[in-house]
Amino acid sequence: MIRKTFESEIQLVKDEVLLLGSMVEHAIIGSVEALKKRDLKASEKLIAEDKEINKKRFAIENQLMILIATQQPMAHDLRLLASTMEIISELERMGDYAKGIANINLRMGEEALLKPLIDIPRMAQKGADMLHRALTAFINEDVEVAKSIPVEDDEVDALYNQIYRELMMFVIQDPKTIERANWLLWVAHNLERVADRVTNICERTIFIATGEFGEIKSSDDEFWKGQKSS
Amino acid sequence: MEKNYAIESNKLSIHYGHFTAVRDVSIKIEPQKITAIIGPSGCGKSTLLRALNRMNDFVPGCHVTGELLLQGQNLYGRDIDPVEVRRKIGMVFQKPNPFPKSIYENIAWGARINGFKGKMDDLVEQSLRSAALWDEVKDKLQESAYALSGGQQQRLCIARTIAIQPEIILMDEPASALDPISTLRIEELMQELKKNYTIIIVTHNMQQAARASDFTAMMMIDDQRAGGVIEFDETKKIFTRPQDKRTEDYVTGRFG
Repeated sequence: MIRKTFESEIQLVKDEVLLLGSMVEHAIIGSVEALKKRDLKASEKLIAEDKEINKKRFAIENQLMILIATQQPMAHDLRLLASTMEIISELERMGDYAKGIANINLRMGEEALLKPLIDIPRMAQKGADMLHRALTAFINEDVEVAKSIPVEDDEVDALYNQIYRELMMFVIQDPKTIERANWLLWVAHNLERVADRVTNICERTIFIATGEFGEIKSSDDEFWKGQKSS
Repeated sequence: MEKNYAIESNKLSIHYGHFTAVRDVSIKIEPQKITAIIGPSGCGKSTLLRALNRMNDFVPGCHVTGELLLQGQNLYGRDIDPVEVRRKIGMVFQKPNPFPKSIYENIAWGARINGFKGKMDDLVEQSLRSAALWDEVKDKLQESAYALSGGQQQRLCIARTIAIQPEIILMDEPASALDPISTLRIEELMQELKKNYTIIIVTHNMQQAARASDFTAMMMIDDQRAGGVIEFDETKKIFTRPQDKRTEDYVTGRFG
């Protein structure tokens, strides 16, 4: 026996999550693109669009609450709805990181970039790509893919480390660059957090499919370990 | 522009002699939606439902005040034929009550006495299909309806109601005598039926109201033991942010 009505409601929610995900992907890529081109108008637009992301998140949250209240989900259905609640909050936070990057571009005003952006767009691209695949894995409840994505976080961390060292070199050579270096470090940090949140989404997907809670290795630890030893 | 409602009541009260069982119910039922009536035992849910198709006429001493409007016509007006009201507003009861006849005759009989002139075989098939029963009974239409399971009997009763093409279907605890699978089947069937009919269901199963309905009317008795609708809203609102504290207490299981 299939609960047709409930199933189609769940499908609707999943579609909305994908839509929210694509808004966030667009915001991440767009925020770095605007920074790279020093396009302040584009950054202002992205900040305005973040409100739409927040609105969408609350709309999905409301949908989920109604489904939990009216459809009495159990077992897999319950894990799915409860985890989706978590996932949309991760997505909204990722949107905030993109907004943060847009804000940095505005704060920099007329100031030129300390260096041409090469690794930062790479980080953004990598993070958005991981996010895209993580959401596909969520929709398909594909445990294998969900397990494989967080491993790629190491690449993002490696890029972050590289950017960090590079910017430190600038600061050491000329302390007057500290502010401009700091802007870019914030940007990189935001992007590094994006990838971490993708890991959280993957953990939720595994939980939905298997019922097992588990934390996939956080590369944050690796990063800080690296800092202490150097 | 004024909205069209399937049926609306205006200060509808139901009295048994001097006792008022239901007081001043004013609700507007949306067409092609499922409206659930919920509330604790004895709050007048079934009494109200029965008043909607003048079933209470059969209860000695029962009289109704206020208005009940179907397409602008007061169903308690002087020139109204209650039999015609019941043709337009069908009822499915708590306990499946098929006639002691064949499956086929259960559907054909009501249609025949209502003057159906078309092809009876087609009507029987169409009604059984609409009630999601055709595939299970098509090879045994001449067998007794009593040979069917409880869930099937209830769907047969729904098919019988549909066969006379009512505008509104009233359901009084239609799944309370059924197992969970049959219950779910009835609920899914209701979702199909609402494409063509307006459904009003009384249920003491709050979860069922939550799952299956679009609108919910919450009933409760007042200090004179008369039932009334204390809150009427979209089901999703009733179960996530009810406005009345008593509704909140009821849906969260803190009352009744």
